[in-house]
Amino acid sequence: MKGLKSRLHPSEWIVPFIFITLCVIGVVYSNRPLPFIINNIIERLGRNAFLVTALIIPVIAGIGLNFSIVIGAMAAQMALIFIVDWGIGGGSGIALALALSTVPAVIFGYLMGRLFNRAQGREMVTGLITGFFANGIYQLIFLFGAGTVFAIHTKTMLLTRGENADGTPNLMGVRNTVDLSHVQYALDDFLKWGSFRALEAKTGITIPLFTFVLVAAACAFVVYFTRTKLGQEMKAMGHNLHVAQVSGINVRRNRIIATVISTVMAAWGQIIFLQNMGTINTYSSHEQVGMFAIAALLVSGATVSRATIWNALFGTLLFHTLFLTSPLAGNTLFGEAQLGEYFRVFVAYGVIAVALALHAWKGKRKHA
Amino acid sequence: MLEKLKDFGAARLIILAFLMLLIFFAYVAEMQLTQLAGDSLARVARNGVLVLALLPGVRGGIGLNFGLPLGILCGLMGMIVSMEYDWTGAGGFFGALGLAVFLATIAGWLYGKLLNKVKGQEMMVGTYVGFAFVSLMCIFWLVLPFRNYQLIWAIGGKGLRTTSSLQGYYLNILDNFLSFKIGPIAIPTGSLLFFALCCFVVSLFFRTRTGMAIAAAGGNETFARASGVNPQKTRVQATMISTILAAIGILVYNQSFGFVQVYNAPLLMAFPVIACLLIGGASVNQASIFHVVFGAIVFQTILTVALPVASEFISGDLSETARIIISNGIILYALTGIKKK
Repeated sequence: MKGLKSRLHPSEWIVPFIFITLCVIGVVYSNRPLPFIINNIIERLGRNAFLVTALIIPVIAGIGLNFSIVIGAMAAQMALIFIVDWGIGGGSGIALALALSTVPAVIFGYLMGRLFNRAQGREMVTGLITGFFANGIYQLIFLFGAGTVFAIHTKTMLLTRGENADGTPNLMGVRNTVDLSHVQYALDDFLKWGSFRALEAKTGITIPLFTFVLVAAACAFVVYFTRTKLGQEMKAMGHNLHVAQVSGINVRRNRIIATVISTVMAAWGQIIFLQNMGTINTYSSHEQVGMFAIAALLVSGATVSRATIWNALFGTLLFHTLFLTSPLAGNTLFGEAQLGEYFRVFVAYGVIAVALALHAWKGKRKHA
Repeated sequence: MLEKLKDFGAARLIILAFLMLLIFFAYVAEMQLTQLAGDSLARVARNGVLVLALLPGVRGGIGLNFGLPLGILCGLMGMIVSMEYDWTGAGGFFGALGLAVFLATIAGWLYGKLLNKVKGQEMMVGTYVGFAFVSLMCIFWLVLPFRNYQLIWAIGGKGLRTTSSLQGYYLNILDNFLSFKIGPIAIPTGSLLFFALCCFVVSLFFRTRTGMAIAAAGGNETFARASGVNPQKTRVQATMISTILAAIGILVYNQSFGFVQVYNAPLLMAFPVIACLLIGGASVNQASIFHVVFGAIVFQTILTVALPVASEFISGDLSETARIIISNGIILYALTGIKKK
């Protein structure tokens, strides 16, 4: 275990320190009342934290940051599009979506795991490109397959593309947005009892109670998992893949399992995210998932090879505080909200770039 | 023969077959094949130098240069500054080129130093360094004090527009140089000549002492070191040349395209360019001028033909989806198919 001295080394706390500073500046110059900020941060924490926890197990197993969680998000959106089409709303709709998304997520995770095994040492760039590639396939399915290859019964969900020969409108492809109002807050508001709601009304602070329960469950699962035999094997793989392999651990199989777990958690995380948002941007909701989740994990001081549930929770909190306040502070300080928006995107990419560079740098020194 | 086919790879055969199919469909649908050929040629001329920019990186051992946006940003900066000061015509173009090359030399040198420190992870680090700089430059495009009303937002009077026309500056300046017509097709002679010149210079460069040292270090570092080459140095040189060519490449692209696009436009530009090179038959550690030219022709022809063919048979823009699948598919193929050393 790490001693106090190494924990106090600047490299351990400099990243979160910078971000805490930025967050404080952001909150102060956002010019918004504190309850507004607290409410927004709680909401963002609820809807994003699960996705960030999905990243931890591949990090532990030495695969690195799983950029392919976008594929899990796609599985989630597939499931949600179908439950909307079937008109199943509320808690049962979300429950069905969670169950339904698991099937493609397991399959995609398995395939992704095999791909990671083929591209050992280049998992991250492979995951990133696979995400882009899968996005193309996803577009093909929903932009051209929907209404032609497979049926969407709710005609209003489809795009109209001219007319058929018999004068009926030619329907093909799912519209750019899918309305989730029938399932919105189905998880956030689940199990809220009377006095809890009264407390919320009194304080003016809304708490997505059940979503937090799910996030806690995800964290508990990750902690429990790392203590199982399989989890310990993955830890050993994260320390040194070669040694793990020599000592008889089925490295390739474990890497696939880690990827499957991550992908399934990402799918569930995306459902949690979207039930809070209330709409799916059919062709873009999933695109940024990987980048935001990874940036959130990293701002807490996590690295490509080390991440805990505390990193996930603390990182989500910091990252989304910055994300919320950055345009507001940009407006106050420079009269330009756009500046803040560019700044937060730069921060997200920048923190990933720095983390990747530091990891490669350290890795190189270790081998040298 | 079979061995050669195997080397070429299944993914490339599929893509070639797809191209044949598209051309067949275009023929069946009685499209203007000559017109399509002309469009395709124009696109090859437009993209060629950008694809070529990858070659020194691959030869020099840094792999596919996913950090291409760095060079592209230098090129864009050169163009924007030249337009801000109303440099027009050939002078404007070459003024922008000079400035772009100057900036790219510095950027490439720093980027090369960075890549030396992250050896083995160049592609991933390059991707995100590129992303980070594109988004950093977004801030600069917004706050730098540009005043030319042709470039900035009409309302508010500050910040560059996302897209500015090159009309009145150096629109099509290379395309129109010595341009002539074969039937209905205008040949972008200048751009083609410029691309050919760049290819020639690059291949000549790899025959010089410095160039051979770069390739030697890229091929086998231990061997190169034993013969007195400093791989750290040659890798920086390779990165610099790649970045400079990317800066030149975006100038060639934009003069033909007709517009300068800033902000997020360069973000994903590296990927289709990389796809071009890979489709041509290159791999992460091997590339030739032939791969550059052949890949540019095949991929750009697919993109040219796919749009009209797709809209003939199904409504909707299938070509954009096809572009995403093909370009990322081939990159994925290259990443996972690397033979273990």
